This record gives sequence, structure tokens and C-alpha cells, in this order.
Amino acid sequence: MNLLRTLEVSLLFWCCVALTFPVLAQQTDSAEQDAPPELVALAADSYADKGEAIQALIASGHPRTRTWLTALLDGKLQRLEDSGRFVIVTDNSGRDWTVIDAVDDAPLGEVSRRNIDRITINNALRNQLRSAMAVLDLDAPTVQERLVSADRLLGKVDGNLVGPLAARLDAEENPAVREKLAQALAIHRLQSGDGAAVNAAIDTLSGSLNPAMRAALNGVAAGEGEAAEAARRALASIEQKLKLNRAAETLYFGLSLGSVLVLAAIGLAITFGVMGVINMAHGELIMLGAYTTWMMQQLLPGQPGLALILSIPAGFLVAAIAGIIIERSVIRFLKGRPLETLLATFGVSLILQQLVRTLISPLNRTVVTPEWMSGSLVINEALSLTLNRLYVLGFALVVFAGLMLVMRRTRLGLEVRAVTQNRAMARAMGIRATRVDIMTFALGSGVAGLAGVALSQLTNVGPNLGQSYIIDSFMVVVFGGVGNLWGTLVAGMSLGVINQVLEPWAGAILAKIIVLVFIILFIQKRPRGLFPQKGRAAEG
Amino acid sequence: MHWLAKPATERNTQVFIGVLTAALVAVCLLNLLLPAGHPLHVSTYTVTLLGKYLCYALLAVAVDLVWGYLGILSLGHGAFFALGGYAMGMYLMRQIGDRGVYGDPLLPDFMVFLNWESLPWYWHGFDMAWFAFLMVLLAPGLLALVFGFLAFRSRVTGVYLSIITQALTFALMLAFFRNEMGFGGNNGLTDFKELLTFDLSADSTRLGLFVASGIALGLGYWLCRAIVSSKLGRVCVASRDAEARTRFLGYRVERVQLFVFVVSAMLAGVAGALYVPQVGIINPSVFSPLFSIEIVVWVALGGRAMLYGAVIGAILVNYAKTVFTGVMPDAWLFALGGLFVVATVMLPQGLAGLFAKRKRSTPAASAKGAKEATA
Amino acid sequence: MSILQSLANRDRVFEFLVPHESPVDVRHGPILYLEDVSVSFDGFKAIDDLNLTIDDGELRCIIGPNGAGKTTMMDIITGKTKPDRGQVWFGSRHNLLTMNEPEIATLGIGRKFQKPTVFEALSVFENLELAMSADKRVMPTLVARLSGEARDRIDEVLAMIGLQAERDRAAGILSHGQKQWLEIGMLLMQRPRLLLVDEPVAGMTEQEMERTGELLTSLAGKQSVVVVEHDMGFVRSIARKVTVLHQGSVLAEGSMDQVASDPRVVEVYLGEGI
Repeated sequence: MNLLRTLEVSLLFWCCVALTFPVLAQQTDSAEQDAPPELVALAADSYADKGEAIQALIASGHPRTRTWLTALLDGKLQRLEDSGRFVIVTDNSGRDWTVIDAVDDAPLGEVSRRNIDRITINNALRNQLRSAMAVLDLDAPTVQERLVSADRLLGKVDGNLVGPLAARLDAEENPAVREKLAQALAIHRLQSGDGAAVNAAIDTLSGSLNPAMRAALNGVAAGEGEAAEAARRALASIEQKLKLNRAAETLYFGLSLGSVLVLAAIGLAITFGVMGVINMAHGELIMLGAYTTWMMQQLLPGQPGLALILSIPAGFLVAAIAGIIIERSVIRFLKGRPLETLLATFGVSLILQQLVRTLISPLNRTVVTPEWMSGSLVINEALSLTLNRLYVLGFALVVFAGLMLVMRRTRLGLEVRAVTQNRAMARAMGIRATRVDIMTFALGSGVAGLAGVALSQLTNVGPNLGQSYIIDSFMVVVFGGVGNLWGTLVAGMSLGVINQVLEPWAGAILAKIIVLVFIILFIQKRPRGLFPQKGRAAEG
Repeated sequence: MHWLAKPATERNTQVFIGVLTAALVAVCLLNLLLPAGHPLHVSTYTVTLLGKYLCYALLAVAVDLVWGYLGILSLGHGAFFALGGYAMGMYLMRQIGDRGVYGDPLLPDFMVFLNWESLPWYWHGFDMAWFAFLMVLLAPGLLALVFGFLAFRSRVTGVYLSIITQALTFALMLAFFRNEMGFGGNNGLTDFKELLTFDLSADSTRLGLFVASGIALGLGYWLCRAIVSSKLGRVCVASRDAEARTRFLGYRVERVQLFVFVVSAMLAGVAGALYVPQVGIINPSVFSPLFSIEIVVWVALGGRAMLYGAVIGAILVNYAKTVFTGVMPDAWLFALGGLFVVATVMLPQGLAGLFAKRKRSTPAASAKGAKEATA
Repeated sequence: MSILQSLANRDRVFEFLVPHESPVDVRHGPILYLEDVSVSFDGFKAIDDLNLTIDDGELRCIIGPNGAGKTTMMDIITGKTKPDRGQVWFGSRHNLLTMNEPEIATLGIGRKFQKPTVFEALSVFENLELAMSADKRVMPTLVARLSGEARDRIDEVLAMIGLQAERDRAAGILSHGQKQWLEIGMLLMQRPRLLLVDEPVAGMTEQEMERTGELLTSLAGKQSVVVVEHDMGFVRSIARKVTVLHQGSVLAEGSMDQVASDPRVVEVYLGEGI
């Protein structure tokens, strides 16, 4: 055994020697490297000289400029001590480093790191290098890349770059990139400070939201004189714009929260508002929808998007079937006894929660967000809207419109309204009231399932998911006015926005408490909600 | 005060007080006289457990008073229980003095931990027992008064009232979870040392608290019986079943509701105050909507509008909970959930309704009454 | 607080022992006075410029087709619905629009609902006990005890409505007619100055109707009675003065014969055979 191992190791050793030998031989044999003077200048002793060398290299337009500068920035452009050959390190792990020739990329094998001289740079040089490379990137073929590199230049422009940048600005055709470049130059002019140029620069910069520009303007505004005055004005207008953007952002988050509330409550608006059935297990139906999404993603691994889309009908079905089971097994025995219905369905909610805990897991499950839903929609530099929330907002509106259509335009909707207004009369007219009950409850429950599918994209999917929405949902329905779908929409959206407006100065929990207390007080002032159903029928 | 004496003439009150007294005496004797190894010995642990059940029973009686007789289903009575408990807890915290972990003579440990400089204003006075005990009644009573005043005046009843009481206790739970509120946040108040100079860990104190809980239950039951068998009690039942008619007879229904609601909240507060020294902690979980709704199920299972039904329900369900959570904790929520369904669908009269012959003040016609309340 | 007040005025606890004196001032004319009252629900005018006066001790029948506003008028008088405009006075001293239901009831207006509404879980006796005029604030109600005199009065009314045998039975198990009677009995216990009776004979047999008619006419004189009824035969048997409501306002008023011959009334009731 031991013998075998020794053999193996020695074999390996000799193989390595055999492989490296020719390389070493070649290195010693090879002729002097044909390094251009610009490259040689980079190895100057003083940092100042190196800086100038970088400038010169860029000006020369040598085809390998980018490779060398990148390597220099990463500390990989080095010189072999014995031959003075410029190399680029490709692997610096271990005692011997793998290098290639800096001029023609010829592989030079491994070199002992003692035999390598580093071309050192300092922070000033690093900054200069980064800016310089950004300028180089301005030649990139796609607009996107050019924009990114122009962005990188904001606030980084120094005297050396002005020339190349101005040239670039003339050549650039894309207006967005042009604007960025002009701004980058303007920041430099602001800082280099001379009368007319500064004023022109302030003009260019006012109205922009980029933090680098605001920093530059702040610098000028701190001073005195006409320019400072102009800078302060520009800053004020920027501040104004920022405020608007912040308000828009709050509104967006508010509407997003509102759409979640509407989704959670709209099914309840059907079962509670229209049918008058208190279903405390509504939250758990939402949870079932969310778990259906998770389940679909388990069934279709690697296709989260497809799974999510299939979850929409699946979630609806699962929750609707669960709703039918609850209606048939519990609720129908408690007709006309709302308080008992409340208690019994609460019991059902406990059972459903525990069922999920036992069968799946007490822990949260992760639902993957498909690629087309992640990321965000950039409106400007201070405002971007996360895509998943945007989708959920749209989804909520679609679900709402769909429900409206069902209630207003279909036979089912007509029958539901007939049965809820006068059950005996509706039956006399041949409407099968029991069937309508089941269908309505299934519809409300199914919508809860849809809410669950949407929520799985925003929050954790766990056994307690439903519990956290049930009180909110009831509040939304009662606040909006029972039996009124529009009321639910308005109530959900406005509660969402109120919550987000309060949050910055009250904190998340206190904001929630304030909203709850507000609704409690509101209901006492107007027991029938925002949009009450009026008339003698409602007076009872 | 003839109305207070009236329960003495009622058979069911006589039986209830008799059974309760016998149980208290028996437990005390079995605890004190028999040696620890004896099969009939009741350990101090069991005594404290029973004391806890008695507090729950008093709480259930308070809920039954408003639900059974007024038709008001409160899903927030846990809040009143918790407020009574917190008032007691604050007194017990102040009694710790400098024996806390940080040894601060004035500030409770959690305040020192949060780097608070001084005692918040609402903590003053709780070093005095009489003040704290007064607060046990006033804190829940005042909340019930303000909340009830607003709700009953605008005639919020039925399911709406249930939902906003639930929102109330939920909001309070969120509030008490915050450290800034000054009630110990998530952890609540704990590490109590002594109550009225009695060492809380001593066996004799525990037995004393058990007896005190039993007496409180007896008195609370008596008071509720006195109210429901007075003319006011009949007005309660009248307003439960036909609120508008009661108004047209000249009764201020909202004031009747407010009065009974406040009495009920205070009873819940007393139950909470006796509960805290026995379990040794009070934290925001008592405010959770789940706990409040659990109370309602005790009453539903035991039987509504029969005060002894509430007591039976509270003790049975909590005994079952103790057994279940010990043997198979996962099954408890299934059992509890099933209990909700069974109690409402199959036992509308509760267990007490199974034995009791149909009595006229039971909500036999409650289906109709409840319907009207929400119409 | 009313609680403290009531504790201070302990002598008022047994108010029903004090000779009953109504605070209503009828020296200057009618006991009930409605002027230009209008109310609408969602644009529908349930009551439209209604004018009505009831004299002290009068028995008035109010008839009208469905939706004429009879029940809404009762709701307004008893404080359940507030009108959009107009005036409602009880005697010449009490503006009913500023009061709520219990205050109006305490003042002496009793109401019987269209659908018989009694406390089904309570016994017949207890129903009457609750209705009896007394201090109905919370604390006095809590400490109230039943005097022999009050017991006698309840028994008296029990006899009047013929429910002695049902004295201790739950009101919920009474027949429809008996419930109607019990409710009228509850009205009597209140000793109101004005009784508003909504469809008292609905669902009654011929005999029961007759007795109800006797009872109502015997009350008139001591108390004012307003009867809303659909049954024309019954109205004809008791009425001295009839008011016809139509679309929320008074269409005609006068004796039964006068009203029946009014062409507008005939048109409204066409085919109903007034």
C-alpha cells in the first residue's frame, strides 16, 4: 500500500518536471521582448511619471491599451526581474505564478514569484485609471454600456480627461449619453471654478437628481458670490424634484400595500359583504393559494415563471374547493347565526394552519420569483419601481375588474344579488338558492386563493401567512362599506397609502396601530363604512 | 341591597357556591395534610395549575355575562384580562426593588437594559399595593368605558362589534410588543419576588393565591348572578333579543350595555391580576386575538347564558389543553379547532344545556336574536 | 353621570308609586302636531310635506296603500328616523326632533310594531314588568323590586288582555294573536299619553279582532290612540276620524263615510272596495 502511494507521488512529480522543463528552457532562450515605449514608461519610478505615462498611453491609441490598463489596475501587470519582460499574471495562487506575455499573450508558464517585479500604483493612480478606462468604454458599441461608463465618470473627471471627453461628446450621437457626458464635464467645470464656465455648468446641472452632481453643487453653494447663489437656487429646485419623487415613491408603496389589502379583502367582500357569512378561515384560504404556488414550483423545477402562471388557475381551484368543503361541512348548519359562524370558521382556520404545519412544515417555504418579475423599472435616478410589486398591483386591478364583471354581468351575479336580497322570493322564482350559496362561496374563496398566489411573490409563505391578513381584511371590508365592492377597492388602497405615509415618522408598528385605531373610531362614527348601502332595507 | 342578596335564594347559586367551597377546602386539606408521596396528595404545582384554571373560569364568567345575557360577542376580553394582569405585574415589578439583576433600586431590569434614565410617569404609584389594586379595576374598566361608550352610542353591535373588539386587542398587542411603551416589550414583566410581603415561591403563598382565586370566582359569580336575576338582567335579555323594542319601552339600551360591559371588563381585570402572580409572567401574548377567541369557546362549550356553564367550559378546555400539550403538542390545535366547530354546530346550548332542562332565560330563541342584532 | 345622579335621588327609585302626572302640556290644543315633515331615502320621498294633528283623547285611524309612508311616519314620531325638515311636537312643550327613542317613550308615547315584537325568552309576566312605567335608568333598574301594587297592576292588565293562564310561560311560545295582545298589554303598562298602534289585528281571528276593537275604543278618551290598519272592516268598526295617506302626504281626512266618498281616495284605492 505504502509502496504504491510513494510510486504514485513520485510519478506525479516527474510528470510535472517534464512538463515545466521545456517552458523554462524557452524562457531563458527567447529573445528580448519588443515592448512599445508607452508600456515601458508605465514602469517609471515616480507615481507622477506613471500618471503621465497612462495619459500618454491612452493618447497613443495603442490597440492593447485596455488590456494593459486593466492589468495595471488589478496589480497583474508585472515585469520579470531577470529579463525585464512585461508579463500579465493569470494565476497568482501558490508559490509559482502563471504568466503570459504582455505584448503578444504568449503563455510563459509558471514563474517563481520571487522572479517577478510588481509595477506598483497608488490610490490617485487607481482613480485615474478607473476614469481613464471609463473614457475608453465610451467607445463601446452598445448604448447601454456607454451609459454605464458615462455614469461612472460623474464627479471623477479631472483636467486630463477633459480633452478626450469633450472629443467624445462631439462624436456621441445618443442624447442620453450626451447628457451624461455634459453633466460629467459640468461637474468638473464647477470644481475647477471660473466665472462663466461655472454658471453654464450650474445651468446644465440644475434639475438633475444624481447624488454626485448634488455633491458638486453643494460644494459651490457653500461658497459666496453669484455662482454660489445660482448653485443654491439649482439645489432648491433639485430638492423640490426630489420631494416629488419621494412622494411618488410613498404613493407607489402605498398603492402596492393597498393592492395587497384589496386582494386579501376582495374575496371577503363577496363572502361577508354580499352573502353575510363571516369566514374567519379566509386568511387560510389565502395561505392555501400561496402554498399552491410553492407546490407548482416544486412540480416544475427550473420553470418558476410557467409554474407561477399555472398557479393562478390552480390556486383559484384549490381555494375554491376548500371553500366549498367548509361551506358544506360547517357554514350551512349555521345559517342566520353569524356569531356562531365566526367561531366555527375560526376553528376551521386553526385546523388548516395545523394541517399545513404537520403535512408540509412549520417553517417558511421559499417561492421563487421568475426573472421577468424581478428587478425594477427605473423612472429616474431617484425613483425606481420594483417589478414584482407592479405586477401584483396590476393583478389586483385585473382580479377586481373580473369580479365586478362577474357580479354585474353574469347570470351568477344576478342570482347572487337576488338571493341575498330576498331569499324566499328568489327561490319562488326558481333560483336554486343552495347552489347559489355554494357558487358564491366558492367564488369568494377562489379569489382568496388568487390573493395567495400574488402574495407568495411578496412575502414569506408559511402557516401563519393567513392569520396576519384576516384582521386587516375585515377592517378593509367594514371600512369600505359592507356589500360594496368599489368601497373595498377604495378602502384598501387608501388604507395602504395612509399606512405608508405614516410609516416614516411613526415607524411600521405604530403606523399599523394608528390605522387600526383610526378604523375602530371611524366605524363608531359611521357604522356602515365609507360607502353605505342606503335606504329602508338597510335600516333594520 | 336586596338585589345583591337575591342569589342566595337561587338553587343554582347555592349549588355552585357549595361545590366551589367544597373543592377549595378539599384541595387545601389534600395539599396540607397528606404527605408528598401519598396517592391523594395534591402537589403545590397542581394547586397553582388549578388556581390558573379558576382565574380562567372567572374570565369566562365575565365573557358569558356580556355574550350570554347581552348578546355582545366580545373577541377582545383578553385585553381586559391582560390590563388587569399588567397592573398587577407593575406592582410586582416595583416590589422587586434592588433585588433585580442590575440592582437598580427604582428602575425595573428591562428599563436599565434599555438605558432608561428615569421611571415613566405611568409607573409611579405602582409601588403602593392599594393603588395597583385599584388600577387592576380601573385600567380595564376605563378602556371598556371609553370603547363601549363610543361603540354602543353609535349602535355598533353584532358581528361588527366582534370584529372591532378583535382589532382593539390586536392593536394593543402590537403596542405592548414595542419596547418604547415601557411595559417590557416582547418579554413582558417577570422575575417577580413577592406579593404583599409574601414570598411568591413559597408553597403557602401559592396555596393562598389559589384560595384567593377561588374566592374571587365565587364573588364574581355571585355578582353576575345578582345582576342577571335583577330587573336589569331581564332588560339585558330583552335588549339581546329585541333591541329596538327595548328602546321603545324607554330603556337606554346603550347605557345598560355600557354598564354591564364595564362590570365584565373589571371582572376580567381581577382574573388577570390573580393569574399573573401564579404563572409568574405577563407578556403581550395575552393580548393575542387567539387567546380572546379561545375564551369565547370555553363559554360556547360550557353553555351560554348559564354562568356555571362558562366555569365548566373554562376548566374542561384548559384541563384538556394541559393534557394535550403534554402528550402530543401538535394535536392540540386540531383539537381546539375541532372544539370550535363541534361547540357551535352540534352543541348550540353547550354542555350545561345537555343536562339542564330547558330553562326560559337560555337563548333558546337566540338564533333570531342574533340575526336581529346584525341586521 | 346618570349613575351618580340616580344614587343621589334614591327617593325617586319607586317612581311608579308616585301619582302619574304627565308633563305633556295640552292646554293649547293637540297632543301631537306634525308640520311640513319630509324625509327621503336615496331620493325616494317617503314622507312629503306631511301635516297631521291629533287631539288629546282622540282615536284616529290612518289608512293608505302600501308605501304611503305610514310606518315611516311612526318612525319619525318615535325618534327612530330623523326627518330632513319639518316640525314634530308632543303637546306644546316637547320638540320630539331633539329627543331619542327612550326619551320619547318615557315622555309617554308608546308604540306597537307592525310585526309583533315581544321578548320571547322572558315570561309574559316579565314582559309586562319591563314595560311598566318606572324609573328606567340603569341603577334604579338594577335595584328595582316589585311592589304588591305593581304586581296588582300587572295582573289587572293580564286580565284585560286575557293572558292570565299564560302568566308564567315564555312569550316565545304564544300564538301570533296572543303576541299581538301581549304587545298591546305592554303598551298599557307604559301608561302612555299617546299610543301608536301599527296593524293591531293582522293575523287575528274575527273574535280577537272584535275584542281588540273594544279595547282600543275603551282606551280613547283617557289616552290618544293612533291606529294604522289595512283591514277596512276593522277601521270602519272603530273609527271616528280617518286620515288617508298617499305618497307621503295627507290625501283626505274626515269621517269614514266622507273619506270613502272622496273621489281621489276612491282612485287611490281603486278596486280595493273601501
